[in-house]
Amino acid sequence: MGLTRLIFNRFIFGLITLLAITLLISLALEALPGDFAEQRLGQSATPETVAAIRDQLGLNKPVLVRYAEWLGKFVQGDMGVSLSNNRPVAELLATRLGNTLFLAVASAIVAVPLALLLGIVAALYRETLLDKLISTTTLAAISLPEFFIGYILVALLAVNWQIFPAISSISDSMSLGEKIYASLLPIATLTFVIVAHMMRMTRAAIINLMQSPYIEMATLKGLKRFHIIVHHALPNALSPIINVIVLNLAYLVVGVVVVEVVFIYPGLGLLMIDSVTSRDLPIVQACILIFGATYITLNMLADILAIICNPRMRHPR
Amino acid sequence: MNPKRELEQAYHSGRISRRDFIQRSALIGATIALPGSLLSGAAQAEMKRGGVLRLGMGGGSTTDTIDPGTHTDSVAITIERSMRSYLTEVAPNGDLIGELATAWESKPGATEWTFELRNDVEFHDGQALTANDVIYSIQHHIREGSTSAVAGQMGKIAEMKADGDHVVHFTLSEGNADFAWLVSDYHVSVFPANGGWEAGIGSGPYSLVNYEPGVRAELKRNDNYFKEGRPYFDGVEVTVIADAAARDNALKTGQVDATNRVSQRTAHLLDKAPGVNVHKIVGTKHYTVPMLTNAPPFDNVKVRQALRLAVDRDALLKTVLGGHGQVGNDLPIGRNQEFYNTELPQREYDPDQAAFILKEAGLSGLSVELSAADAAFDGAVDAAVLYAEHAKAAGININVIRESNDGYWSNVWQQKPWCMCYWSGRPTQDWMWTIAYESGGAWNDNNWENEQFQSLLKQARVEVDAAKRKDMYWEMQRLHWEEGGTVVPLFAADLMGVSNKLLLPDVIGSDWELDGQRCSERWSFA
Repeated sequence: MGLTRLIFNRFIFGLITLLAITLLISLALEALPGDFAEQRLGQSATPETVAAIRDQLGLNKPVLVRYAEWLGKFVQGDMGVSLSNNRPVAELLATRLGNTLFLAVASAIVAVPLALLLGIVAALYRETLLDKLISTTTLAAISLPEFFIGYILVALLAVNWQIFPAISSISDSMSLGEKIYASLLPIATLTFVIVAHMMRMTRAAIINLMQSPYIEMATLKGLKRFHIIVHHALPNALSPIINVIVLNLAYLVVGVVVVEVVFIYPGLGLLMIDSVTSRDLPIVQACILIFGATYITLNMLADILAIICNPRMRHPR
Repeated sequence: MNPKRELEQAYHSGRISRRDFIQRSALIGATIALPGSLLSGAAQAEMKRGGVLRLGMGGGSTTDTIDPGTHTDSVAITIERSMRSYLTEVAPNGDLIGELATAWESKPGATEWTFELRNDVEFHDGQALTANDVIYSIQHHIREGSTSAVAGQMGKIAEMKADGDHVVHFTLSEGNADFAWLVSDYHVSVFPANGGWEAGIGSGPYSLVNYEPGVRAELKRNDNYFKEGRPYFDGVEVTVIADAAARDNALKTGQVDATNRVSQRTAHLLDKAPGVNVHKIVGTKHYTVPMLTNAPPFDNVKVRQALRLAVDRDALLKTVLGGHGQVGNDLPIGRNQEFYNTELPQREYDPDQAAFILKEAGLSGLSVELSAADAAFDGAVDAAVLYAEHAKAAGININVIRESNDGYWSNVWQQKPWCMCYWSGRPTQDWMWTIAYESGGAWNDNNWENEQFQSLLKQARVEVDAAKRKDMYWEMQRLHWEEGGTVVPLFAADLMGVSNKLLLPDVIGSDWELDGQRCSERWSFA
């Protein structure tokens, strides 16, 4: 009962947040210098052509009127068309979102188990050379900017040894295997970036629990340390770990812009940058909605999972 | 990139004389003493059929379209030039030649023009090209409510009439001896009246198979192309790569065969990579620092003259362009262009003279503001800061104002009294002076109202006698060089990276990037 109610409440709040975000974005784009007509024509703008474009696209109306029109269509499932080339936004997004999700899922499949494993190993061999090695390496990786890691990987693995392609320009005509091969370097880059956070949390949460009396009991029973960690400590340490994992998953969707630029990966981030630059509002709104919804949903998921893994929260007294 | 290759380029395109060529070859210690092919130009490299040309290009965006009136950047233009044809074409050596038109002529006064069309041209869907298609295509830019970037430029067309299927008459509201050049503009392509630009077809060397704006485009050979033997590739794949380092990497790893916009900072490294050559082409692209000459203190000609003397162009060339370009002489006209005034001395950095001019005018301690953003050109802010440093020696205080890249062309350019700017340049004198210097022009960014200059511009436009035109243009350049409001410190080279698997013609076009954006038609695999 409590759980359903919580989910419902969070859902409603999520919707309100999304609505607020779209309004904010409309106002923010309006506040930027230059509108769609001026950005499109750039140096070659003349007053007549700018006026003609504004007329054609209805950009002369006040920003709130345009927002209301957009919202009216959106709630009916019509995301509108791109101001620049009249392509339906939904169609434009479908491919890009698919690509972004593909990269996110692939990176998560590599990074999450790797982070958990490294965290457990680090906790198991706490304060040994191995633990320090794992921590230093992952922390060093997270401290470097993504583009730097990306360029290093390209310089070594693509240019120098020519093992992987330097650009990951994936397309629909590629098979799954080809797509994975083309995306290996961005996946590796993203893995470097997110592993440290999850690994440190796993290690900390487990070590924290290792002081508990019931773990001491398990040790006194003569159980092996690895067994104690995986069967006794990990389940109780899960909720903070899940929180961090889910936040990192959200990052994989909304924070990969830099990686997309370095590897020319045709995902949502690149699309949004282009659209913001040209003030193509319908596309920006749609991208923001996806990013916002991803964050809100994953956060909600984190809370729900935390409750499910914690009997005390599942059965509140 | 290597000096020898550059020299050959310059010689072929007629930019330097045979004598210059020999002298300069000796200077760089090149062992090429005018090989036969260079002299005659007859032994063109043997172009081969086959293969798919893969281009990695900057200058593309998700917002690109196939509406030729909207093009502003390199990727869209390359696709346009591969897919559709034009009435006329700027040949690699800079001459104007016919493409869809076989011949053109104008009556004295240059208001009435007649173009004869080829009769063997078919669009990709098999329709034959007629005069009506040409009229329909140009109408797209000048119709009521046109959103085309060349609405103003083509707006001087008062009337278009077809005479049979293969002759078009144009009547201009105002004579223009260079009208045949205007229709070579990358916006003014020809598409079928039946279907319009929306149909996505033309009569170009390739037809568009797949286009995801801002990501990639795929084109396949038009086997029915009207130019004998061309094109040489089976297809073209354009991948949009916004990041300069990623373009370099894609080229080095063989994922693409050629790239545009090699970074000036890393060009020397890319050139050293095995299997890759960097080509450097200096054309008409120039960086300007226009002053609004009706705004104080720039309304004072002494201020303009002092500021022109207060910049060290050689230092800018070295720092901002990494040496890849030429210093400008306060003229928006390339040194290799027709009617370039070769008698004007190169303006040098002379802070003492600048200080002297200001002192005479009672303006010592001049302080001005210079607006800059990298939207003007890569390195514009650095250039402005350097300018300010150089001007200090003349006792001029330049306060550099850093502007936002967004909206730069609407809110800063033509608005702020002094700012950084760039022009890709135009193939003719009239075209360049008209768009940016003619009184009342939409893109006039200096408001320089010199009566003699403005009247010469109008006279030269309708003058068909080349000798008289030359005198007029020389005089206009002298006037601008002495009193004009625009500082032209630099001409920037275009740098392109090319795999040595490709075979390039001896002469490479210098209008726009990648061989006049016609590499898909002019190049082949070796």
